[in-house]
Amino acid sequence: MTRRQLDARAGVALLAPALAALAALAAWPGVWVLWLSLQKRIPIFGIDRFVGVAHYAFLGGDARFWNAVRVTLVFTVVSVALELVLGVAVALGLQRQHRGRRLTMALLLLPWALPSVVVGRTFEWLYHPSAGLVNFILGARAINWLGEPALTLPALIVADVWRTMPFVALLCYARVLTIPAAVYEAARVDGAGRLATLRDVTLPLLRRVLLIALLFRTLDALRAFDLMFVLTGGGPANTTETLTVYAYRSLFQTLQLGLGAAIGVVVFALVMLVAWAYLRAVGRTEVTA
Amino acid sequence: MRPAGRLRDAVVIALLGLWALPFFWQALTSLKPDTELMDVERLLAAAPTLAHYRAVLERSVMPAALLNSAGVAALTTVLALVLGVPGAYALARLPVPGKNALLLGVVACTAFPQITTVGPLFVALRALGLRDTWTALVLADASFALPLVLWLLAGFVREIPVDVEEAAALDGAGRLRVLVGVVLPLIAPGVVSAALLVFLMSWNEFLFAFTFTATEASRTVPVALALFPGIFEVPWGDIAAASMLASLPPIVIVIALQRWLVRGLTAGALRE
Repeated sequence: MTRRQLDARAGVALLAPALAALAALAAWPGVWVLWLSLQKRIPIFGIDRFVGVAHYAFLGGDARFWNAVRVTLVFTVVSVALELVLGVAVALGLQRQHRGRRLTMALLLLPWALPSVVVGRTFEWLYHPSAGLVNFILGARAINWLGEPALTLPALIVADVWRTMPFVALLCYARVLTIPAAVYEAARVDGAGRLATLRDVTLPLLRRVLLIALLFRTLDALRAFDLMFVLTGGGPANTTETLTVYAYRSLFQTLQLGLGAAIGVVVFALVMLVAWAYLRAVGRTEVTA
Repeated sequence: MRPAGRLRDAVVIALLGLWALPFFWQALTSLKPDTELMDVERLLAAAPTLAHYRAVLERSVMPAALLNSAGVAALTTVLALVLGVPGAYALARLPVPGKNALLLGVVACTAFPQITTVGPLFVALRALGLRDTWTALVLADASFALPLVLWLLAGFVREIPVDVEEAAALDGAGRLRVLVGVVLPLIAPGVVSAALLVFLMSWNEFLFAFTFTATEASRTVPVALALFPGIFEVPWGDIAAASMLASLPPIVIVIALQRWLVRGLTAGALRE
């Protein structure tokens, strides 16, 4: 046997356990969910039969589903946009930081590292109508942030941005650190002002990492569940019910496994669609740039 | 120039401290006696108390939940590394047939929404009689931990110069001995970073834990915190204390193990 054949055999042997585990724990549930979504399964009533695409047809005309789609998209677009803008700003602020870098990083990363359930319960307390810090800072108002339909989605987005902006900031900061001082020196010699340097030097160099952060954050926001489930439970009046919360309620609260699976498949399709569109768009700009 | 720079540094720290304010507010709340909880204007408790911590540790499911979380997160980390380290080495270095497709599959797995797989996993785990066990959570968490480890560590392995391995291989060492004796020590920092991320993600994980657990036997900290009981009114002080306990590993990680965390977080995104 040649060395290459031996290596190939060793490679298969080393990889097999991991692939078997992934096949069983991720790929197989990912396929099975499709099958599940074609069935009407309501265990408590002993209902279990094949219904084809009935669940998808139902969702097509389901106002609650389209509301969840809208909430998911608004949440994703607004949160990710805010995170990217704030993340870049923080990275630029840290760029010339000399003292206390460890402390700054600890403060920055803490919100990101916390369990999202902790974030949910923390903001629940901050938004408390009478004893919450938010209303106190706003001048002892009695705004019911989590009870007023128009305010709840914004309140939820703020909590999400608080938790995830640090991730974007960290990636941008790591990239900013690798920009050689000579680049800025050259810009200064050319007489570029601060704004021009930011626009023509720093931001173009951040383009790639921002695109990566955009992809990661968009996929995470589309899949987000914990924060809305804990902080608002999808309420009031479903104003913060994302597709994930709708799917969860169908699966485990109303125990309609098939319908819940179908919504889960929609989330999956949405995630894959975004990833595919992203790869196409980035592939194109990479060529033209 | 110098004092200006120092001032800048101080301003940046102050602003980030302000950003972290929600966390500190929760910390301060955890020390306020019940009678002071509604006094928002009081930043520090007039009579700070550990009563909430005592209540949480003596009269709630939190101690059991802390043990469950630590156990599940540690076992998930071990499982993901034991399966992931050899796999990552093979993906990065060995001529495995169909390698590119496999790598794409691993990356796709990291994008799998948990809400999509939670239904089938629930049905399967129930059928296997694994509901409300650590095993269920470790297996479910491995579904996102393993792709992360494979992806991160394959990157770290690629950074090792091939010559180092070739030299060992020429000495007659088999692939397994090269992996354990040569590669593993060189990617040790990467392994620590990956382990840290996996531990943190499993510690924080909520959806699987909420769905697959039923009692104290396996309920993790996020589940216990989400379900924190209030009979007549919400026990904000106890919830704040429980939040602090739930935040202990993240706090230790961002302070004491920061370097490894940052390395792991940036490695996946910034490497070509």
